Amino acid sequence: MTMLIEVDINKTLRSGARSFELRAKFASDSQRIVIYGASGAGKSQLLKAVAGLMTPDSGRIVLAGRPLFDSAQRINVTPQRRRIAYLFQDYALFPHLNVRQNIGFGLRRGWFNPASSFDHAEIRYWLQAFELDAVALQMPHQLSGGQRQRVALARALIAHPQALLLDEPFAALDPSLRARMRIELDALQRRLAIPMIVITHDPDDVRAFGEHVLRMDGGAIAHLADVADLELAARGEA
Amino acid sequence: MGWWSEPAWIALALSLKVACWATAIDVVIGVALGYLLARGRFPGRELLDAVLTLPMVMPPTVLGYYLLVVLGRNGWLGAWLLRVFGINLIFTWQAAVIAAAVVSLPLILKSARTAFETVDLQFEQAARVLGIAPIGVFLRVTLPLAWRGVLAGALLAFARAMGEFGATLMVAGSIPGKTQTLSIAVYEAVQAGQDDSANLLVLITSLTCVTVLIVANKLTPNRHQQP
Repeated sequence: MTMLIEVDINKTLRSGARSFELRAKFASDSQRIVIYGASGAGKSQLLKAVAGLMTPDSGRIVLAGRPLFDSAQRINVTPQRRRIAYLFQDYALFPHLNVRQNIGFGLRRGWFNPASSFDHAEIRYWLQAFELDAVALQMPHQLSGGQRQRVALARALIAHPQALLLDEPFAALDPSLRARMRIELDALQRRLAIPMIVITHDPDDVRAFGEHVLRMDGGAIAHLADVADLELAARGEA
Repeated sequence: MGWWSEPAWIALALSLKVACWATAIDVVIGVALGYLLARGRFPGRELLDAVLTLPMVMPPTVLGYYLLVVLGRNGWLGAWLLRVFGINLIFTWQAAVIAAAVVSLPLILKSARTAFETVDLQFEQAARVLGIAPIGVFLRVTLPLAWRGVLAGALLAFARAMGEFGATLMVAGSIPGKTQTLSIAVYEAVQAGQDDSANLLVLITSLTCVTVLIVANKLTPNRHQQP
């Protein structure tokens, strides 16, 4: 049976004299995968490889039966053709574009940005769904943390991607806001039934989204049976 | 004859024409190379940067000599142009453009490289993942976030091109109304003891340069580049 996602990649990252070996291998059928590990464990690199923003030295990445990367067959789909949504840790909203332009960015192909009044049924839908109508013409720096995350999610989801990758999705938010945004994301994922991979170092994220939990340490993946294992691992680490 | 046919105004018009063309060429080359140096990862990157910065530190006469070697009738490019197109560049205003462009290129190149380096890679990655091809990413994200630095560099290059003297004199000469730019006209006027003419030329040059520098300073990115 084909898995939803299969990853088996190798990459040696060099920075000056130091080098880091990424040896990530896992397969999952779950729509809610959480990769848990300390910072520097290679989680972000793994996520970037899935999105096509980092090219592994060797291996393969298959999403829903579609090979995105396969060094043996010389397949390496460009990031713009992978149809993957990526939520950056600090959201990476385009600072020179307003909320409407940010959300509609991917709808407008070619060499020019959408106009500041760019209108589209999908944009109207997301503005309403995320209660962003009032700030549609504002710039990213004028938004609250929660609004920023919603804009980034809307921008990522508007083109109907095949998977949603989230890099420490709540780390940039106030602790008081985190619980609320977790509930929002949880409901959103269930409604859209979109496969989701979350990388995090926060056990609360694991509890909220971890249907299939993987632990990453020193560039390698270790499998965990369930959340209880994680609690043990977290305590052992502390 | 009206005031516009005074030698001073003709020299100013020529200087502006030469500087505009040189800046236009520099913007295209400087932005392309600046982006390459900022984002490219290839061996010899810093060497390329150093070679391209050379015109800023070399005496303009040395540069002019190099240009003569390349563009002159016996130079490898000059001989080819003459043979294939029948074009002779030496002692034309186009030669003045090339001299000014080469001398000013480092100014825009440095500004553009710095401006591109300050653009967070994440914005470009976000645009890629959203389905935009590399050229679109550059035009829609990188350039809009770096344009202030690029424009400030272009204005500095323009000011430098306006003031170009040594290399221009060597490859374009000093033909009044044809290749005698403002800075060369000042030199000729002083040499000939025409103080009135020299005063006017110096005043025009100073005002032009001050204006350009004020505008460049206003555009130079400061700590509030992204509000």
